[in-house]
Amino acid sequence: MTAATIVALIAIAVWTGTVVAWCRRRPWGDAGRRFFRHPSATKGMVVLVFLATVALCAPLVTPFAPYQQILTLQDHPPTWLHPLGTDFIGRDVWSRLAYGARVSLGVGTLGMLVAVTLGGLVGAAAGYFRGWTDALLMRCVDIGLSIPRIFLVLAAIALWGKLGVGALTVLLGLTGWFATSRIVRAEVMSVRERPYTDAVRALGARPWWIVLRHVLPNSSAALIVSAALGIGNMMLLEAGLSFLGAGIRPPQPSWGNMIADGRDQLATAPWTTLFPGLAIALAVMALNATGDALRDALDPKTGGK
Amino acid sequence: MLAWLLRRIAASLAIVFVTVSLTFFAIHLAPGRPFMPPDERPMNPIVVHRLEQIYGLDRPLAVQYVRYFGALARGEMGESFSQRRPVAHAIADAVPNTLLLTATALVIDFTLGILIGLFQAARARRRSDVALANVTLFFYSLPTFWLALVLQLVCALWLGWFPTGGPTDPVMHASLPLLGRLGDRLYHLVLPALTLGLVGAGGTARFQRAALLEALGHDYIRTARAKGLAESAVLVRHAWRDALLPVISLAGVALPFLLTGAVLIETVFSWPGLGKLAADAISARDYPLVLGTTLLATCAVVLGSLVADLLTVAADPRVRVTA
Repeated sequence: MTAATIVALIAIAVWTGTVVAWCRRRPWGDAGRRFFRHPSATKGMVVLVFLATVALCAPLVTPFAPYQQILTLQDHPPTWLHPLGTDFIGRDVWSRLAYGARVSLGVGTLGMLVAVTLGGLVGAAAGYFRGWTDALLMRCVDIGLSIPRIFLVLAAIALWGKLGVGALTVLLGLTGWFATSRIVRAEVMSVRERPYTDAVRALGARPWWIVLRHVLPNSSAALIVSAALGIGNMMLLEAGLSFLGAGIRPPQPSWGNMIADGRDQLATAPWTTLFPGLAIALAVMALNATGDALRDALDPKTGGK
Repeated sequence: MLAWLLRRIAASLAIVFVTVSLTFFAIHLAPGRPFMPPDERPMNPIVVHRLEQIYGLDRPLAVQYVRYFGALARGEMGESFSQRRPVAHAIADAVPNTLLLTATALVIDFTLGILIGLFQAARARRRSDVALANVTLFFYSLPTFWLALVLQLVCALWLGWFPTGGPTDPVMHASLPLLGRLGDRLYHLVLPALTLGLVGAGGTARFQRAALLEALGHDYIRTARAKGLAESAVLVRHAWRDALLPVISLAGVALPFLLTGAVLIETVFSWPGLGKLAADAISARDYPLVLGTTLLATCAVVLGSLVADLLTVAADPRVRVTA
């Protein structure tokens, strides 16, 4: 760890504090105020903003390149220069961790975005149009939910060859929307019976316009909460796949494949396994804490619990 | 009730049929062939052709499809390419190992999770509740395979309390007396089951606490308190009865996990179970074995949701079945 790294990390910490403090001071309406009243909301947000900034500014906070091998320092325990040690071919674990954050957080977030979009559209179509659309879509969802997800993804990866980061993200999104669509459908079915939906319909709006402009925004709370709580799962799945050697391919660092790399040196160099796992745990904990707070803030029924 | 049950069973069978069919076409239409592993040295094409003839892979896809389901109707799941023995035998060897592991894990998961949830709800928003909430959130957010590695490192490598992996002792097991063999199995079971159980318990506890707090907000709880019941009786006999329903549906979701939930843990602990079997079959392009494990896993999911519905009907007098 060099002086420049420490300065950059301090700068990121200050930035994180400023951002979260600014959000706290001017929360969006009642929901925002309820969100920050939740005990874990601030902590979760601080961790998330910090990790996301580290991921974005990875070159600034890492003294070494993620692929740079220092061949005289293999499996070296943490030192001042290598705060988290080095791995089995002499790469700096901290630098790889910071670059790995890009992959792990990115795949989780973008994959969830794909899943939420699909789940939202399918759920809205099924819930709003009912009839055979509903029956057909929901039977597809039943089938999707009855295949164990890790089998499905493993099979797709094994059969369609090695996937890049983008394809993996899309694949995780494509296999992750089934549960979301059920939640959205239930929500949409109640919104479509409200008088304001009838009013829009009476004004002669087209069905898809009603769904996208009026019904979905009014059922978005469920969608946001299921997305926030789903990112963590998506990250865990990516880590598991990378750990099995089916996800992000080495040498590109992701937190999952760093654990896989460290596994063979578990007895002699445990730091190569421990730190990436702690990073995953920290990120997923922060996501779940923020998701809990969001759920309580957006759902007045459970608010204040 | 009977009509509802029959309808549910018919729908379940349809789902299983469609799932297996989709898997069938997906794996056959995907690029790559079973006897030509992409990463290894290619086999002699004459040998490959002969093997494909033996297993009927040179026939048109429709013929293969009809044949597969015809055999399935007679109770045959075909012959595994990579293991050179009937799929049924491979699965029969793996299922007991997986069931032992995941059933133990689920017992740890639900016992620990429900107890912690009850305890937390009883002292909601006090210091012990907040502390436990952090602990359960931590375990719920852990990657299972990482916890497995950490437990392996601490309990097996550093402390030497438990073996690092495998279902039994590779050398001594066969020569041990019956009781010793049982002990050996349990001894090897501790770490993998604990890993799965602890991560699951984190989620179950969070779920149970939330369900209990919601139940405690109802009017009948005020009535129970007003008539002078002890707080423990209110919590356990009144609120818990209501708060058990979501946990029952959670258990229904967890049932298929009995067969498939342990892919990663089985890999870390070299546990010869169904998850590992399926993962290996997929990477070996062992079509019949992939289909066999998919069939079993889908049946488990469908059965799980059916059982959960039946349990909910049994536990909740408000739910009435309409056909």
